[in-house]
Amino acid sequence: MSPARTPLIDLKGLIFLGLLAAACLVVPLLNLMVPEGSPLHMPTYLVSLFGKYLSFALLAVSLDLVWGYCGILSLGHGAFFGLGGYAMGMYLMRQIGPRGVYGNPVLPDFMVFLNYKELPWYWLGFDMFPFAALMVLAVPGLLGFVFGWLAFRSRVTGVYLSIITQALTYALMLAFFRNDMGLGGNNGLTDFKDLLGLSVQAQGVRVALFVATAIALALGYLIARVMTVSAYGKILIAVRDAEPRTRFLGYRPEHFKTLAFTVSAMMAGVAGALYVPQVGIINPSEFAPTNSIEAVIWVAVGGRGTLVGAALGAIIVNYAKTILTGALPDAWLFGLGALFVLVTLFLPKGIVGTLMQRYGSRRAAAKLPPEPELAPKLVEEGRGS
Amino acid sequence: MHRLLALLLLCLTLTGAALAQAPADGAYGKLAAGSYSDIEAGVAELVTSGDPRAGTVIAALVDGRLYARAADKALLIRTGETYVDARTGQAAEGATDGLKALRLNNKVRRAVDAAQGQLNLLSPDPTKRREAADAVFKARDATALPAVEAAIARESDAGIKRTLSEARAAAILAKPTSPESDRLAAITTIQTRADGDAMAILRSLANDPSEAVKTASAKGIAAIETRLAIIGGVQNVWYGISLGSVLLLAAIGLAITFGVMGVINMAHGEMVMLGAYTTYLVQEVFRAQAPAWFDWSVAVSIPAAFLVAGAVGVAIERGIIRFLYGRPLETLLATFGVSLILQQTVRSIFGPTNREVGVPGFMTGAVDVFGLSITWGRLWIVGFSFALFLFLLFVLRKTSFGLKTRAVTQNRRMAAAMGIRTPWVDAMTFGLGSGIAGIAGVALSQIDNVSPNLGQGYIIDSFLVVVFGGVGSLWGTLVAALTLGVANKLAEPYLGAVLAKIALLIFIILFIQKRPRGLFALKGRAVES
Repeated sequence: MSPARTPLIDLKGLIFLGLLAAACLVVPLLNLMVPEGSPLHMPTYLVSLFGKYLSFALLAVSLDLVWGYCGILSLGHGAFFGLGGYAMGMYLMRQIGPRGVYGNPVLPDFMVFLNYKELPWYWLGFDMFPFAALMVLAVPGLLGFVFGWLAFRSRVTGVYLSIITQALTYALMLAFFRNDMGLGGNNGLTDFKDLLGLSVQAQGVRVALFVATAIALALGYLIARVMTVSAYGKILIAVRDAEPRTRFLGYRPEHFKTLAFTVSAMMAGVAGALYVPQVGIINPSEFAPTNSIEAVIWVAVGGRGTLVGAALGAIIVNYAKTILTGALPDAWLFGLGALFVLVTLFLPKGIVGTLMQRYGSRRAAAKLPPEPELAPKLVEEGRGS
Repeated sequence: MHRLLALLLLCLTLTGAALAQAPADGAYGKLAAGSYSDIEAGVAELVTSGDPRAGTVIAALVDGRLYARAADKALLIRTGETYVDARTGQAAEGATDGLKALRLNNKVRRAVDAAQGQLNLLSPDPTKRREAADAVFKARDATALPAVEAAIARESDAGIKRTLSEARAAAILAKPTSPESDRLAAITTIQTRADGDAMAILRSLANDPSEAVKTASAKGIAAIETRLAIIGGVQNVWYGISLGSVLLLAAIGLAITFGVMGVINMAHGEMVMLGAYTTYLVQEVFRAQAPAWFDWSVAVSIPAAFLVAGAVGVAIERGIIRFLYGRPLETLLATFGVSLILQQTVRSIFGPTNREVGVPGFMTGAVDVFGLSITWGRLWIVGFSFALFLFLLFVLRKTSFGLKTRAVTQNRRMAAAMGIRTPWVDAMTFGLGSGIAGIAGVALSQIDNVSPNLGQGYIIDSFLVVVFGGVGSLWGTLVAALTLGVANKLAEPYLGAVLAKIALLIFIILFIQKRPRGLFALKGRAVES
């Protein structure tokens, strides 16, 4: 790494932020200002669909922060996404009030159905938006911190780490499927009515949610960018490339990794919180390990270690998913599977990484050396000594 | 000489038959007398007589096919239009007009029902005798006492004899007039049975007038409870071993591809699924071509599954994984893509619904070991998983192929320098691991739904087993699978199935913190860990 400072916003960042800003202007305009009959009108469902893509993009950026810059391949980021989503879902459930099927002013429908007499303690406070918003950050953040601190302190790395992150999200999925959990069991939380006193179904709220998601994505990108171009980020990259050497230089890799992991978990939580009101439901299948692995492929397609690429990958892959599942339902899994294989074989740097390599900007391009933790090598050296 | 012996034998049989026949005559007479009370007495006598024709006669009575001839008090059984003599079974002689069918009222019908139950006690078929003895035990019928005692005297099978004596004890306890000493002896007998029924019988004695009986029954209950608790514990351990063997089956192929080769093979579950579908196809062929040989379909399925899954494994290795050695996390993504493609391929060909896989005859049924019910299917799967493990151990330790595999994984360049074709060894090792997963699929198809999602259910568990046991250690995989299986089943009564599983996942996550290389870690340079 050259000692010269990397600019906070480079060309691709500028394009990315510019596109987001443009979307924040154009989408509300096309949806609210252009009359419905016009061919330029954007239907509200499309606004929500794009909003969903942007929340996935935020998840992808959070994943890229740990995978691309820290070498932590998390196969459990869906857990943080889901926890953020559940925190938001709980707030939305409390906003239903007496309008549920059973008309209970305090208890959500599923609790009445399951014969709950009073609200479980962990539901308290979720009727207030600021508290819920805090929880959206705090719950995934705390889990990420505890999990990361334990794992990084014990120097669990590489494949082992990937597998226990997968076990984490799997355990959460099993837990949330239980009715006793008091979070709606396998039906999850749904039938939302109001957000901050406004109907979640209203056109204006949908557009506002889209804009909010775009802003959150821009902020998430900037936070990740600040973290990675700073001196802290340089050490993070050093940890990624040669953790033992960094340790011998006197740094504590676990501190750097835990911070990145915690921030990333909080970012994923925000993504989940923005996702839930736009799709109208959150259920335990969000914790399914395959969802988390799918998020990894978004990052791989767009370009690992580029942040912008992660967001781009999430949008491209999900757009393709929407198109393909609609047109050829059987083909989607073939397509997704082939994408996994082809990208890893022929496009290891992803779209943005490849473009950057081809069209200059050499200094900014995150050089991705072969991963330091090689499982075969480990076995090899373990046996060899 | 021979003739003499034969004659002697004949005499003996004849006298034997005559002896058996003698008391039955009175019974036939009573039946023929025709009044309800006579019929009832006759039925009871017939049952205790041990007459081999008693069953036929009583069945005819129930069906209304038993006739009495008023003239000579003969009993005839009608079959269609013909009559046979009830006593001998020979075609009936004499007139068949003026016959009167024997009728039943409710009281007689009850006696007949009881008689039929007791008759089975003397049936030549051991399973029938066993069932009848159990039925009498459960009925706690005091009136069955004479029949049970008669049956005990005749019984030669030790197991049935024990059940009979338990039934006798139950009958004694049910009879209010039986003496105290008999009742105490009966309690001791019942106590040895140690199951819920025995407990119910002893509980019913709580209000017995005799103090001695009361204390004996209380002691008996306590003894049974202890024994049931022990059996319950043993049962849980057995279930745990059974679950552990399933985990072992699922993980053992991965112990090769991931453990030995270091390839994070997310398509491992799909190899298991391919093995299960191969079993299904082989069974379909057997059903269509040779239904009589159906039990042998397993013998064909095992090599077929090995070949199918192994061939797919070799194709994956040659087509994808060999370009990704040294990039484990990217291998993970590529093989995950392969798993999606394989799933969707199978779904497109066979449809998304479950496929019916038959269970061969030798895997059905259960054995009872000291009150522990063990199904044959589970026993086979446990045995099979251990056999597969030993086979794999043998291949890796004792064959030249295994030697090459270990050489390549330990030091690839040195192995190549020694003239080993490392790419070939890679492909074959991956094929071996995949093929073993396919064989596991044959066994798992017997206990799980054969659907395109079959493999997904095992992939996370398999990885956890391998990681928990220590990557690269086959023994570690065995110990890990059994430990996790038993721990899961022991925790289940306290936590419930889902929470037990969650607790185990959390335990493994924490365990990895403590020992990042698993139970049986290979020693290496600490700095690289």
